[in-house]
Amino acid sequence: MVGLKTVQKALQAEVLAGAQYMDKEAEMACGADLMSDVLAFTKRKTLLLTGLANMQVVKTADVSDLSALVFVRGKEPTPEILAAAESKGLPVMMTKYTMFEACGRLYAIGLIGCPPKGAEERR
Amino acid sequence: MKVEYQVPGGDFDRAGEASANIKKLLQRIGIPADVIRRIAIGTYEGEMNCLIHAGGGRVVAEIEPEGTVIIISDQGPGIPDIQKAMQEGWSTAPDYVRAMGFGAGMGLPNMMKCSDDFNIQSKVGEGSTITMKFLYK
Ligand SMILES: Nc1ncnc2c1ncn2[C@@H]1O[C@H](COP(=O)(O)OP(=O)(O)O)[C@@H](O)[C@H]1O
Ligand SMILES: [Mg+2]
Repeated sequence: MVGLKTVQKALQAEVLAGAQYMDKEAEMACGADLMSDVLAFTKRKTLLLTGLANMQVVKTADVSDLSALVFVRGKEPTPEILAAAESKGLPVMMTKYTMFEACGRLYAIGLIGCPPKGAEERR
Repeated sequence: MKVEYQVPGGDFDRAGEASANIKKLLQRIGIPADVIRRIAIGTYEGEMNCLIHAGGGRVVAEIEPEGTVIIISDQGPGIPDIQKAMQEGWSTAPDYVRAMGFGAGMGLPNMMKCSDDFNIQSKVGEGSTITMKFLYK
């Protein structure tokens, strides 16, 4: 478990939305551009790193109860995306690092990946 | 309690309204968060399928004391080979859908995994109906 502020520091990230929720923690992390994979393989309170900046990312984060979003490689989300995240209470960060670099930095400070099988699966 | 939502065909911006609203309703009546998560994920994938593959459809949620039933129906093209469609990774989604983060062929199998009971009925040229049951315990 790693605090979001620690994540922000490790990624030298800018907080773009949900600054008041940055006290939360991430239990694990997932790097993906495929939202169906996020929906299938994350657990609650997962931190999502993605290079995909569209509305589906926020919706996926909401239904999956993710802890926060990080847009990598300086991908800048639109104001609509940020407003949607804000209204869902979802912190959004942006880092200049690439996906590989960002994941590596977080792994190095103790954030673990999601197990290959989803958490709440019934079968 | 029974609620109903229309899923607009092809309109990615409005996709996910049903799952977001059902999630809020279930939170208000105090259903455990992990159960809500399964329901929201199953419903969201179903909505996306309606929107992407069937030109829109309908989501009905029957919220009962023991569990919730979600019925997602459309009058789209139907699914010719359900067994194939249920396989992880099998998809007919066009590239623009993949660019939006969907079309990985993980939706139907995940809907089955998230639910306690899963039923799919489909007829080519008539449409598809998916029924998912979720128990709170
Ligand atoms: N409502 C539907 N109407 C018609 N075809 C569908 C419907 N839902 C799913 N399918 C078919 O089943 C395939 C697998 O669906 P799914 O597992 O959700 O993956 P994806 O949506 O990523 O392609 C789809 O690519 C499509 O061919
Ligand atoms: Mg799908």
